[in-house]
Amino acid sequence: MQYQFTKYSTIASLVTSLFALPNFAVAADKIIKIDGSSTVYPITEAVAEEFQKSTKTKVTVGISGTGGGFKKFCRGETDVQNASRPILQKEIDACKEAGVQFIELPVAYDALTVVINPSNDFAKKMTTAELKKLWEPAAQGKVKTWNQVNPAWPNTPVKLFGPGADSGTFDYFTEAIVGKAKSSRGDFTASEDDNVLVKGVVGDKGGLAYFGYAYYEENQDKLTAVSIVDKPGKPGVLPSKATIEDGTYQPLARPIFIYVNATAAAFKPEVKAFVNYYLENSKPLIEEVKYVALPAKEQKAVITHWKALKPGTGFGGKPEVGVKIEELLTRIK
Amino acid sequence: MNNPSANHINKNLDEVRAMIHRHKLNDYIFSIIGLLCLMVGLVTLLTLFIDLIIQGYPKLLSLSFYTDFPSRRAASAGLLSALVGSSLVMLVTFISAVPVGVMAAIYLEEYAPKNWFSDLIEINVSNLAAVPSIIYGLLALGLFVYILDLGQSIVTAGLTLGLLILPVVIVATRESIRSIPIAIREAAYAVGATKWQVVYDHVIKYSFGGILTGVIIGMARAIGETAPIITIGALTFIAFLPPSPVTTSAPFLNFEWLSSGFTVLPIQMFSWLSRPSEAFHVNAAAAGVIIILVTLIMNGFAIRMRYKMRKNIKW
Repeated sequence: MQYQFTKYSTIASLVTSLFALPNFAVAADKIIKIDGSSTVYPITEAVAEEFQKSTKTKVTVGISGTGGGFKKFCRGETDVQNASRPILQKEIDACKEAGVQFIELPVAYDALTVVINPSNDFAKKMTTAELKKLWEPAAQGKVKTWNQVNPAWPNTPVKLFGPGADSGTFDYFTEAIVGKAKSSRGDFTASEDDNVLVKGVVGDKGGLAYFGYAYYEENQDKLTAVSIVDKPGKPGVLPSKATIEDGTYQPLARPIFIYVNATAAAFKPEVKAFVNYYLENSKPLIEEVKYVALPAKEQKAVITHWKALKPGTGFGGKPEVGVKIEELLTRIK
Repeated sequence: MNNPSANHINKNLDEVRAMIHRHKLNDYIFSIIGLLCLMVGLVTLLTLFIDLIIQGYPKLLSLSFYTDFPSRRAASAGLLSALVGSSLVMLVTFISAVPVGVMAAIYLEEYAPKNWFSDLIEINVSNLAAVPSIIYGLLALGLFVYILDLGQSIVTAGLTLGLLILPVVIVATRESIRSIPIAIREAAYAVGATKWQVVYDHVIKYSFGGILTGVIIGMARAIGETAPIITIGALTFIAFLPPSPVTTSAPFLNFEWLSSGFTVLPIQMFSWLSRPSEAFHVNAAAAGVIIILVTLIMNGFAIRMRYKMRKNIKW
């Protein structure tokens, strides 16, 4: 037993020394800390992976969601924030209070894709008005069959799937379709895991869901994308690289962002190098993870904006649909 | 000739036989129901496990899966940072929870006066064991991350899981201490041993197997925990290892790893599972198999240790 006792006392003293160490949070290595949206995560992860290979700077990427990430970002805990929607007023206030300035950089486009079961041959084309009828809060408990949305459609039950209310995707879709962010019917199957939504629509003939384009791209053989008619009389537009780039896939194409801590950008060379690398080399990586890279002209405008280190947001703390990136950047004085 | 009373006895015997037969049948039916109940759990689990193995086996068999960092490409994505992260977090959990838990249990069993205050503590310890793990995560976020400013680090995660399994360790230790016959203690006191000598030479020694079992079962629970680790902010992409705890130069120990960022197995699995690409789901299945295997091995080790310790004890 003598042996065991000494073991215990060593452990105990180790524990006390753990607590006694006043400040062991000093890391010798330079680490770039990134957190935020799960939508932007695949792109940032790919960039971080390549950047680490070429420079040996350490990069960590977390997924806290756009909202959760902004909380950390505005406390100065992270250097770069992934965001699937622009920064909101309350987040701007939090950043201001903590003295954190940020540089807003659109990095790619995502297309929110509305999908239906492949056996559904009547709703392959939907107008935004029809989508609104289906998703607005007034539809809750009332709109239950397809023919309630469009009398030409059959009297079969409709089953809705969508992301949870904490997601930036939910915010954007409700803003673009219903007209007010977070305003949605509540009686749909919500999941933060988009694969659950995919499975839901695959397994239900009357199913309809919306999520990021990458999930549709990977499941094209099992799902049908709905072509979206923005305004009456216009043709239906399917989500694709071409329709996102030429701006016809409206209103569901959205830019996604990174926000860079302005102090880190100015004083940490590794952060500066990382963002440079991100903006200049991410195009093939973005395409590899099934997002749409910015067209060359917009990419150039973003790089110029970044080099000028201009802090601020072009959105004024409010969500906005269908804004052009170049126009956005000129708003930041 | 049958006389009436013999007839009566025969009839009675038949009745008894019928009754025995009926009761045997009940026995039989019950054992079938019991077996079915067992099967429901076992078969479901086994099916899940086999399904995971079938899905994940191409990855499980490739060595690079264990030596590669996470990647955007499913084929070259590996578990290394999660494996190392989980191990280091478990180390901190062990170091923080075991001594505190064991000593608390010894105090409660051997030293604490029997009054309402001890009862209150007892009830609370048992209740703590049933508190959902997310609550520990929230507590840790407030206490370790913000008040003590330990950051989203290995030490925070280790201490959080340490708190989580503390009640398990305490309860298991107490049970095993309680199973020591009172006669052993009385005999020791009778020859003039002090309380500490009794505890140290007999109580700890004889209950060691039970304590160890409790500790390992607690650790096995901790290794699969996701919720509290996500709450304190574990990372999802981390393609480097924390600084090594052991160095080649004096003092040979390095505490920098404690403040390093990290990821753990369940989080890595969760992150792969939510990817759009099917190829990542193979990785997730393989990671699932690894988590289950680690848990099984730990539990198996606990059973084996308990058996061995029991065998060595001769009172």
